[in-house]
Amino acid sequence: MGDPMRIRAQAQGDKAVVRVLMSHEMETGQRKDSAGKTVPAWFIQEVTASHNGTPVFSALWGTAVSKNPFVLFTIRGAKAGDKIVVTWVDNRGDKRSDEATVV
Amino acid sequence: MMICRIIALVVVACSVAGCASAPSPGELDRRAIAVMQSSFRDQGIAKVDRLHQDLGQQACSGASPPPADTVKRIEAEALASIRWPAGGRYLGDWREGEKLAQNGRGMTWTDASASPKDNGASCYNCHQIDKKEISFGTIGPSLWNYGKQHGVKDPTDPASAAIVQYTWGKLWNSKAYAACSNMPRFGHMGLLDENQLRHLMALLLDPASPVNQ
Amino acid sequence: MNKLIVAAAGALLWVGVAAQAQKSAADGIAEYRKMLEDGNPAELFEAKGEALWKQKRGPKNASLESCDLGKGPGVVKGAFVELPRYFADTDRVQDLESRLVSCMQMLQGFDGAAIANTPFGRGEQDNVTALATFVAAASRGLHFDLPQSHPAERQMYEIGKRVFYFRGGPYDFACASCHGEDGKRIRLQDLPNLSKNPGDGVGFASWPAYRVSNGQMWGMQLRLNDCYRQQRFPYPGFSSDATVALGVFMGVNAKGAESIAPAIKR
Repeated sequence: MGDPMRIRAQAQGDKAVVRVLMSHEMETGQRKDSAGKTVPAWFIQEVTASHNGTPVFSALWGTAVSKNPFVLFTIRGAKAGDKIVVTWVDNRGDKRSDEATVV
Repeated sequence: MMICRIIALVVVACSVAGCASAPSPGELDRRAIAVMQSSFRDQGIAKVDRLHQDLGQQACSGASPPPADTVKRIEAEALASIRWPAGGRYLGDWREGEKLAQNGRGMTWTDASASPKDNGASCYNCHQIDKKEISFGTIGPSLWNYGKQHGVKDPTDPASAAIVQYTWGKLWNSKAYAACSNMPRFGHMGLLDENQLRHLMALLLDPASPVNQ
Repeated sequence: MNKLIVAAAGALLWVGVAAQAQKSAADGIAEYRKMLEDGNPAELFEAKGEALWKQKRGPKNASLESCDLGKGPGVVKGAFVELPRYFADTDRVQDLESRLVSCMQMLQGFDGAAIANTPFGRGEQDNVTALATFVAAASRGLHFDLPQSHPAERQMYEIGKRVFYFRGGPYDFACASCHGEDGKRIRLQDLPNLSKNPGDGVGFASWPAYRVSNGQMWGMQLRLNDCYRQQRFPYPGFSSDATVALGVFMGVNAKGAESIAPAIKR
């Protein structure tokens, strides 16, 4: 289980803006360390989010996404008090889920 | 009486705040040097002997310039230190000069060697040179059209001798012309060798250099 | 005559295009920086620091919640904008990072000297950075007001000034070489004038910061360390007097400026 995500979900009229900051090294597999050895690829492959249990967002990522990824998306029909759950899975099979309430 | 009370108050205030024992500027200068000596350690090629200041470094370590006679002395010593290029050949290849000007590496504790061949000249950090390069600094003046602006059509022509020599001198030891110049002393401090300096000369003075188009 | 007019017009047009290319590069960079502000990874470090502040750790199994950062034990809000300052218990003028290490030693039983000797980004040094981010965040929007009431604080300012102007090394650089004048930049990086108040959210008021270019969280100690590396100086000790003195010099000069730490940088 990786380091916690920071999630902020703010209601704006008939929708909510969700901001997610993930903690992940996102190694491309192209970098070499100071000894000259290639640092193995280690990156988030799948991101999903749900609103009150209903899936609303899904993304498939590759190595182009950089370290500590930031995501912003809007959910129509979301209001204050609703529950947002964000999950990521990386290429090592490691996963992380965090939740937030829309304010 | 009132005056005695005021003086007493001031004395009390001073002793509480310790301003009676405030160190003199000279004492603060000494303490600052001691702080510099004790705060650093060797790392890689960067050794603490780098903190040993020569006359110019010492005199120019302040918000205001040194006195006029010190300025003259620094500039005279710097001028005398200039080593002119072998065979009177001042210019090299401007293409190599551009590469050197772009290269900001060298002499830090993360650099493996202090050899000139491993150093860049970092020129674009402070100067505009070729106008095609938009990522340039403004700590030093623009060098765009340097040779052209000085009317250099043929760098080997005696008419151009003065500017050619000034430019070499400035690169070798910038302090020869401005005691507290911000510019490093590329020749004098062994940062670049003669050939590298020739390439920079060509970048600035060769009529075929992009700088003079 | 016509040839001359055409040539002149051509030259003007070319200069205009070059100027425009310059402007749109600067505009592009400003746009990129604006985009970066939304979602600053510094928040991840802030959260980590807050957890470390409250967690019982070290040989003494104690939290840092009674650490005195200058405004009394446990007072975090407002502490950042009054550091560095003099502390009677250590009889030293200390900056944020050295004070955190002192608290880790006094309250939690950690070996302060060992932490100081740990390279940045490793072990407990990593935790010091997270803690510093947390403490700085608690003063976001407040204005710098470093105390100069103690003689040691006033002396450190004077020493910091001299350290700021100290020229040395193979390049003859001082802090002032880059940070001593208004309106200068190195390549395309604007340089704040730190010999005076550079304004809200600039210079001293913007570190700790998250550096996007290398994905690292940098406190002021690491910022100064890398400055000295690029000045071609030898290695400054962690929280050495020179670095603390510079903090006093910059912090006092920045009096009244608004802190935006922890910020985000390219």
